[in-house]
Amino acid sequence: MNVSVDIRQVVKRYGTVTALHGVSMAIGENEFFTLLGPSGCGKTTLLRCIAGFEDVSGGEIRLHGQNIAALEPNHRPVNTVFQQYALFPHMTVRDNVAFGLKMKGMGLAERNARAGKMLEMVHLSAFADRLPAQLSGGQQQRVALARALAPEPKVLLLDEPLSALDLKLRQAMRVELKQLQETTGITFIFVTHDQEEALTMSDRIAVMSQGHVQQIGTARDIYEAPVNRFVADFIGETNLLPVTVESVAQGVAAVTLPGGHRITCAAAGMAPGPHHVSIRPERLSIVPTGGDLDVVVERVVYLGSDLQLLTRLDSGAALHLRMQNSARGQVPAPGTRIGLQLEEGAARLLAD
Amino acid sequence: MAGFAPKTGAEGTGYTRIVGPLLLPTWAMIGIFLVLPVALMAVYSFLTKEFRGGVIWDFTTAAYDQFFVTRGLFGDEPAAIEWTYIGIFWRSIWQAGVATLVCLIVGFPTAWFIATRPPASRQLWLFLITIPYWVNLLIRTVSLKFLIRDNGPLNESLMGLGLIDGPLPLVNTNLAVQLGLFYSYLPFMVLPIYAAVERYNFALSEAAADLYASRWVTLREIVLPVVRPGIIAGCILVFVPSLGAFLAPDLLGGAKTFMIGSLIEEQFKGSQGNWPFGAACAMILMTLVMIVLIAYARQQSRAEGG
Repeated sequence: MNVSVDIRQVVKRYGTVTALHGVSMAIGENEFFTLLGPSGCGKTTLLRCIAGFEDVSGGEIRLHGQNIAALEPNHRPVNTVFQQYALFPHMTVRDNVAFGLKMKGMGLAERNARAGKMLEMVHLSAFADRLPAQLSGGQQQRVALARALAPEPKVLLLDEPLSALDLKLRQAMRVELKQLQETTGITFIFVTHDQEEALTMSDRIAVMSQGHVQQIGTARDIYEAPVNRFVADFIGETNLLPVTVESVAQGVAAVTLPGGHRITCAAAGMAPGPHHVSIRPERLSIVPTGGDLDVVVERVVYLGSDLQLLTRLDSGAALHLRMQNSARGQVPAPGTRIGLQLEEGAARLLAD
Repeated sequence: MAGFAPKTGAEGTGYTRIVGPLLLPTWAMIGIFLVLPVALMAVYSFLTKEFRGGVIWDFTTAAYDQFFVTRGLFGDEPAAIEWTYIGIFWRSIWQAGVATLVCLIVGFPTAWFIATRPPASRQLWLFLITIPYWVNLLIRTVSLKFLIRDNGPLNESLMGLGLIDGPLPLVNTNLAVQLGLFYSYLPFMVLPIYAAVERYNFALSEAAADLYASRWVTLREIVLPVVRPGIIAGCILVFVPSLGAFLAPDLLGGAKTFMIGSLIEEQFKGSQGNWPFGAACAMILMTLVMIVLIAYARQQSRAEGG
């Protein structure tokens, strides 16, 4: 992997508050890289440090080997798509898109031609002479995208660009964004708190929380192999069950589930004692007898394609599972006692 | 905006039936305090003057004739353009223009400073800006005169420090009038610009910097055009009263810096007055101001329409 943006031990403090605690990550060329986390986790701060709107308090940000931490934003070869688009309200769509090119000293005819091409790419050629206020939210979003891509930046930074759009438009834009990234070959660094967005578009995802990077990996990595409770809980739906690790041998732990049943889990350097396992709701199935867990059904929630079963263990811990809404399966009535079987490898032992 | 305007043409709808009577106070206000005084002034400007003030109800254009045309000292020479009053108008426009420019140069950074403070302290700064306005304008202007006169605190302290040998002749100069106008009308520049800057989305400046614009270019290409309505409102609010001001020119400028406001005031004062001429001067001044405002409104609607 050729590293495009290399973030090394970046610290950001605001007075006594530390927003980033020595964050490091290496983002590859042509990668669609997502910073994912709840609000206040530091993802936007990190993006703003890369763009140059915030000075770092420590560490380095390297762009193709060059430390850009001291450069003013207007000297960094990166462009940003802002959360509320920040289109210049007094300029036409064309002038907005051509602004970066004008600042780079490109002549009028040339930059208008290029702005025209960019607008063609985002399907807005017919709107070139309008003012931003005369466009819909989705159209403004695409103008912001065209404006940021026009100067051919090495890296495109996207700060929750889809959050202001309605659901249908958001889903359509996900596909468009991914295609755009593939055709232009530009590195995208995408900030979002929406895990579905992150999972569907990203090559890799950095999950952040409270100014720390929790895990970096592909969508599959972080969904199926979360390294800690935070990642397991934040990404997708999961059940976190308190368990006891009895013994660990050769990377395999013998684990006692609530209710006494014993299973084995993959364990990397974990000591015996109380821990948590993460079990995804879709990896539990109902069995007539001899399940790993005994539960009482409390509620059945109808979700359309799926049914969600809310159940409770004898220990009082809640456990939910999903089953497909097909005629084949018998839906247990609330109050019935059922056994649950874990799929192979479904229980993931977590570091706390 | 249009959403709240009553629909015209759709007569008899419940909405207009209710809104019509409710608008009466507004129309009464406009009628009594705007239309009536202006109409009165327009009529008076075409009447004949009475010595010792007042008017005779004989319609004539003598007042306008006196403003624009001269026929020599004894009225027996061929008609020529009378430059005296046009000169006073021109000097007033120039003075008001300079005062507006100075207020803008000082007011814009001030407004910017206040608007970029944390929200809690903005109120305090605005309060401080308006404090001098709790004192009557006349008193403030007289105080200013005391401050800058030959043996006033300013000259005395400068001389005491040995920076100057004799007192700076400040009173009765254009500079003093400028100082008076600037001091009187600065807040009218600061407040509308503040309102515009406070609404300014600073992400636009970030976007400009992100797209390779320097700070100076960002100010010129993004900030100033976006907050322009506030700047223009401020300029109008300073220029128009400066143009008609008479306190500052009278008290600080003396006879050499005679301005329109003083000219008009004189026409209505004591037995030397000439009411129709004063009314004509006021009408001409108002026409000038209206032309400027209409030109601005037209240009504004064109900018919004295009």
